[in-house]
Amino acid sequence: MSAPRLRVGRERPAGGFELYSWYFFRISGLLLIFLAITHVVIMHVINTVDEIDWQFVADRWGSPFWRAFDWLMLFLALLHGLNGARLAVDDYVRSRGWRIFAHSILWSAAVIFLIIGSIAVLTFNPDAFQAAATAAGS
Amino acid sequence: MTTGTVPTQERGPVTAGTRGIAAYRGYRPPVGMLSWALHRITGLGVLLFLLLHIVDIFLVGYGPETFNELLFLYRHPVFRIGEIILVAGLYYHAANGVRIILIDFWDKAYQFERQLFYGVIAVFLAGFIPTAFLMIRAMVR
Repeated sequence: MSAPRLRVGRERPAGGFELYSWYFFRISGLLLIFLAITHVVIMHVINTVDEIDWQFVADRWGSPFWRAFDWLMLFLALLHGLNGARLAVDDYVRSRGWRIFAHSILWSAAVIFLIIGSIAVLTFNPDAFQAAATAAGS
Repeated sequence: MTTGTVPTQERGPVTAGTRGIAAYRGYRPPVGMLSWALHRITGLGVLLFLLLHIVDIFLVGYGPETFNELLFLYRHPVFRIGEIILVAGLYYHAANGVRIILIDFWDKAYQFERQLFYGVIAVFLAGFIPTAFLMIRAMVR
């Protein structure tokens, strides 16, 4: 009992942003296990890249459930991944100038990719293309 | 460094006649370092693919011609092998992530460090072998 606990793994941060980041990693990670593995099984095992095309995505995103599923996965995976990249930057990039540069890149990537990903998932409207295709065909 | 010898305490006694270079069986990193390095490499690899994937799915909004034209990339054999490597990285990262959470919240986990790592490898193989089999079968068919 009196033996000191062996320190294994990364220490839990004491507070502030780093503690939120620490919890976010673990909570988003658990959710992503379910989201990402479901995604892989549906898109890469049950279906393959031979079957998946624009029409497949259009049919799939006809359902609000899959749009919500994909958007949640986009949000969690992007922030989980870039937060991991931020820890890697903190480990390897030592000089202050390069750190500011690298952090700027990461935060910019978070904003830009979250915006273009959200536009793709939330604003996609297959009807416009399908109407055009029907009009051209008839 | 003053010594060139390899620590052997985790590998059992060195038998007679196997000294010097003959006793050297390669650098064997401790499981904590190995799992950490793999976690970081797979994490950054999956992130790289995620960024590419967000760009390609953005093109879905430009209509069927644009999007379907791009798909030749994903159907290329090199990319399909990369797809299997991506799944391997994702599965390892998921299994090892559970190990990290166990270490964080279960105060006896550190006593089973080696067993937990072997558990990660077992879970990874149990998931990856059937997945890879199905993906390769779909690819060669």
